[in-house]
Amino acid sequence: MRMRCNPIKCEAHGLCAELFPEWIRLDDWGYPIIETGPIPPDLEAHARRAVNACPTLALDLERD
Amino acid sequence: MAATDTHQASLPRLLAGLSSGTLADLDYHYAVHGPLARNRELAGSQIVDLVEQAGLRGRGGGAFPTARKLRAVRTARGGAVVVANGCESEPLSAKDALLVREVPHLVLDGAALAARAVGADRVIVALNRSATAERDALELALDQRRNASVDDVDFESFAADDSFLSGQETALVSQLNGGPPWPTFIPPRVTDRGVQKRPTLVQNVETLANIALIARHGAGWYRAVGTDAEAGATLITLAGGVGVPGVYEVAYGTSLRDVLSAAHVHLPDVSGFLVGGYFGSWLPASLIGRLELSQRSLSDHGASLGCGVVFALPASSCPVAETVRIAAYLAAQSTGQCGPCIHGTAAIADTLHSIEQGNASRLAFADLMRWTLELPDRGACHHPNGVARFVSTALHTFMAQFDDHARHGPCDACATAHTLDGPTRDWQ
Repeated sequence: MRMRCNPIKCEAHGLCAELFPEWIRLDDWGYPIIETGPIPPDLEAHARRAVNACPTLALDLERD
Repeated sequence: MAATDTHQASLPRLLAGLSSGTLADLDYHYAVHGPLARNRELAGSQIVDLVEQAGLRGRGGGAFPTARKLRAVRTARGGAVVVANGCESEPLSAKDALLVREVPHLVLDGAALAARAVGADRVIVALNRSATAERDALELALDQRRNASVDDVDFESFAADDSFLSGQETALVSQLNGGPPWPTFIPPRVTDRGVQKRPTLVQNVETLANIALIARHGAGWYRAVGTDAEAGATLITLAGGVGVPGVYEVAYGTSLRDVLSAAHVHLPDVSGFLVGGYFGSWLPASLIGRLELSQRSLSDHGASLGCGVVFALPASSCPVAETVRIAAYLAAQSTGQCGPCIHGTAAIADTLHSIEQGNASRLAFADLMRWTLELPDRGACHHPNGVARFVSTALHTFMAQFDDHARHGPCDACATAHTLDGPTRDWQ
């Protein structure tokens, strides 16, 4: 699966990058830069935690 | 591929007949392009097959295979809507306005055929609000068609916002649904859920006009010019330091040197070319003569034909000042919905301005490189991608000039009149 951000919803709270630093870092203004490739199975739990923590529900996991 | 008919490999096609009359007149339109009789026999699925065999791609900038889009709408659930997109918000492009104003019946024939292909009973022709001459031509053409009972679909026109992103597919659908002229997040795709939540085909007017010709003359005729990979011909708008600026109809694969010499461009007087419009790529003048007008040739150099604009920057103009001005325009045209676009495009425009003024920080170029790499694909639409491409290719093509400004401030040419202004509306 892959992670996608709806940039219209995102308000740069930044929790995702704290919870899933293997896959997400923040730009100069606090908005996430997300790896585009498929998430390795051993990181899927981290990915779900980041998605569930987003206060604006901007993150989603998409099946390949 | 061999021509199947006598006049097959000749150009112009879309612009045929323009020199001797107005194709806004239905009788003259039929005299030039032939009647619709044969079209009426085509079933929807046959139209899609013909478009696929022709290899037609969208002319709004994305070059998406038209048959695939037609099929997506055709197979989606619910009664479909067709939007003929004549919004030409790209400031340098003139070809869509030209088609609507001078050749409206070809566009409307194509829209009616597209409607049959996707099972739509409603066609909305969208033009910019400021496009009054085009709207007049469209309304006149629609009146003629109603009086002659040409169509079995309902046509209506729509006045869209004049902002840069107004003609973007989802932004246009948003307006048609009563919303602001802003792009929306995908999914849903408009092909599944667009105007009034119905499957919606948004198709550029040049693409539609090509469907009208393909339905008349066949896929083999369409492919008789161009290359195997990119069949047919395309409209391009030549602007800037061009002896004879305007809209040209050119076969894919034609050498850019030939195109430019036909437009009386004197290459030594040009410092660079902006290919693809404000969302496009700068290429050095030394390179342009070795390229051909095709996505394949241009993509080798990180460029794309986009909406077909080729702008020649005169050697007497300052590329830094032009880049600064357009970057500021593009930053202002962000619809302000997505954080990376709001902040990224503004920071890029501000930093470019400080370079032009000679008071940039030591990190200015490093920041610009990083931001242009980080921005793409981080907005709901491709605005950040376009800004990043425009700025990174400007830096690459004119590095010496940017470096000179960063050290010494504005040059003499910075103060002269800007050349990257509006297009010419004439056809050639």
